Amino acid sequence: MTKITLAKGLNMGLRKAMEDDPKVLIMGEDVGKLGGVFRITDGLQKDFGEDRVIDSPLAESGIVGTAVGLALRGYRPVVEIQFDGFVYPAYDQIVCQVAKMRFRSMGKLAMPMVIRIPFGGGIGAVEHHSESPEAQFAHTPGLKVVACSNPIDGYWMIQQAIACDDPVIFLEPKRQYHADKADLDEDAAPEPLFRSRVVRRGGDATLLAYGPTVKTALKAAEAASGEGRSLEVIDLRTLSPLDMAPVFESVRRTGHAVVVHEAHVNLGLGAELAARITEECFFSLESPVLRVGGFDTPYPPSRIEEEWLPDLDRVLDAVDRSLSF
Amino acid sequence: MTPGNDRSGGFGPDLAEVFGPSQHDGGPELVQLLTPEGERVSHPEFSFGDGMTPAEEAEMIRGFYRDMVLTRRIDTEATALQRHGELGIWAQLLGQEAAQIGAGRALRPQDYVFPTYREHGVAWCRGVDPIELLGLYRGVDQGAWDPAKYNFHLYTIVIGAQTLHATGYAMGMQRDGAVGTGDPDRDAAVIAHFGDGASSQGDVNEAFIFAASYNAPVVFFCQNNQWAISEPIERQSRIPLYQRALGFGFPGVRVDGNDVLATYAVTQAALQRARDGQGPTFVEAYTYRMGAHTTTDDPTRYRLSDDVERWRLKCPIERTKAYLQRNGLADQAFFDDLSAEADELGARLREGCKNLADPSPLSIFDHVYAEQTPELEAQREGFAAYLDSFEGAH
Repeated sequence: MTKITLAKGLNMGLRKAMEDDPKVLIMGEDVGKLGGVFRITDGLQKDFGEDRVIDSPLAESGIVGTAVGLALRGYRPVVEIQFDGFVYPAYDQIVCQVAKMRFRSMGKLAMPMVIRIPFGGGIGAVEHHSESPEAQFAHTPGLKVVACSNPIDGYWMIQQAIACDDPVIFLEPKRQYHADKADLDEDAAPEPLFRSRVVRRGGDATLLAYGPTVKTALKAAEAASGEGRSLEVIDLRTLSPLDMAPVFESVRRTGHAVVVHEAHVNLGLGAELAARITEECFFSLESPVLRVGGFDTPYPPSRIEEEWLPDLDRVLDAVDRSLSF
Repeated sequence: MTPGNDRSGGFGPDLAEVFGPSQHDGGPELVQLLTPEGERVSHPEFSFGDGMTPAEEAEMIRGFYRDMVLTRRIDTEATALQRHGELGIWAQLLGQEAAQIGAGRALRPQDYVFPTYREHGVAWCRGVDPIELLGLYRGVDQGAWDPAKYNFHLYTIVIGAQTLHATGYAMGMQRDGAVGTGDPDRDAAVIAHFGDGASSQGDVNEAFIFAASYNAPVVFFCQNNQWAISEPIERQSRIPLYQRALGFGFPGVRVDGNDVLATYAVTQAALQRARDGQGPTFVEAYTYRMGAHTTTDDPTRYRLSDDVERWRLKCPIERTKAYLQRNGLADQAFFDDLSAEADELGARLREGCKNLADPSPLSIFDHVYAEQTPELEAQREGFAAYLDSFEGAH
């Protein structure tokens, strides 16, 4: 057993993947000597060389576009986008090329690529450094989108994403990188990548969260238990495809669902979750599915970001509204 | 520049003078080995036929001629098929045959090609069945050939995006130890095709930067056909395109793209540099789009027929034919046989095109992911049941 942070878990997972498969490459800005601005790739260039841990020119479309070529040549590139708000120059390559390659080639070409994106806010950063672009990618057929929420998942999920033969947008809650530690058992059998997980059992209402808001939801559930309310918390983990079976099972029991994400509520993952829950659990629902998230504004200046981000109180407020509907 | 009128104001020489008239006629930098009249000329740096016997050389030029004639036939047949409603659209290469055949024939089997959607001549050189080129334009698929079989990637529609793929692929070759070993069967290079319009794209410029930074074995082959749909080259660049390469740190050369011998010689040299580990080269094949951008375009709205007529005199096929005939390198039987072969190819294309069947509606759900997701499986089943609910359904 080793105590690790999320950053360490990701670093160890990347190292393991590179040891297991010589075709795995890491590409990105500052990923080499510096080890990435968050140190996720710390030490990897030293041990695996500049041909496998590639410091790239400062051009995101170039990073993803050349990764496409490397994947076509049989490599498994793991691309680091330095911050969420900088992924957009690569958006065309991701959406038009990476996502569609398998489909348009009728299965003859694969795109086994992982695009790691540190996402979400709460670190006091300047603009473009705190965003949650997941819906843009979950909306794109051909991509898979996952979000890790804790150190242990970080270790396993990054390895599973690299082993996946489809392109995976891998979202890392940057606020959690160095926040908490957990015991890693490297011999344990990991959960499959594209599965949601119930992380806290409860019977009164279901909280759906992923990435950074899993911790928020767990805190809210803890606080609610003090008031005699038992909240179930599901860490979605996979955003595309969604793994709805545990969600439906839970909502059928509780009759109430609240989705919590940092992304803007309008057309966010919460909207899709609400629609699917309504389609499948209509007669079990005792109130409409509620969404708690970022407001439909650009991300605010950091001194007021905690007001913008969904916190424990806003989650509990939504639970109150759901239960008193 | 007017003498004594230094408009650069201390920022070096006047650029209009430096780059000057070459923008319009190809300029003195143009590498040419076969004039529009069909005369062989020499060039101090590039040559064709070195190390070949006269018979081998003649055989090769006849081969180029055949490739160009058949490629033009593919193009004219496909254009006609679009007019007959058999294709939704077609991107014509008329006038660019020498640029494509010269570049395509310079490749070795282990080299890899990233085409635009107009590289029908290069596809021909790689052995892709021209009928397979039609699927995309008929709307039955998005490119049906196996890229790994021909080392010829699928057509890329998004302008310039493939130049990055080419660069990444070349970086992969470097990592595979397939560059600079001295083994002619092992050393490989990538060629990225794009046009003058694409030279304005961010992706193309990023590809130049990545290729230069990593010294990737890639040849950037730009067919400057003077037009990006309706926009002339002057809208894309104030300087001859090939001169941009210098700013990125690798050589650029402008070749007469209507001269198959020069295009072959220059591309072969650039590919060899790449295979030898000397990095990227920019080749600007100076040519002209004689047809429309695609069959939906109407060039009479934006260019003068005089210009087109001027370029018609530079026809890549006619100059090669003139050379072969004047020097007695091909007899009438050769031209007659080729004409018959072109007719046969045309008939095969027309028949093959009409036989390209529509895909099954349920194939929509195939190959989105390596393994079907439960979500898509459910959508597929639902759609199948919906289709079956109609009387007389398949």
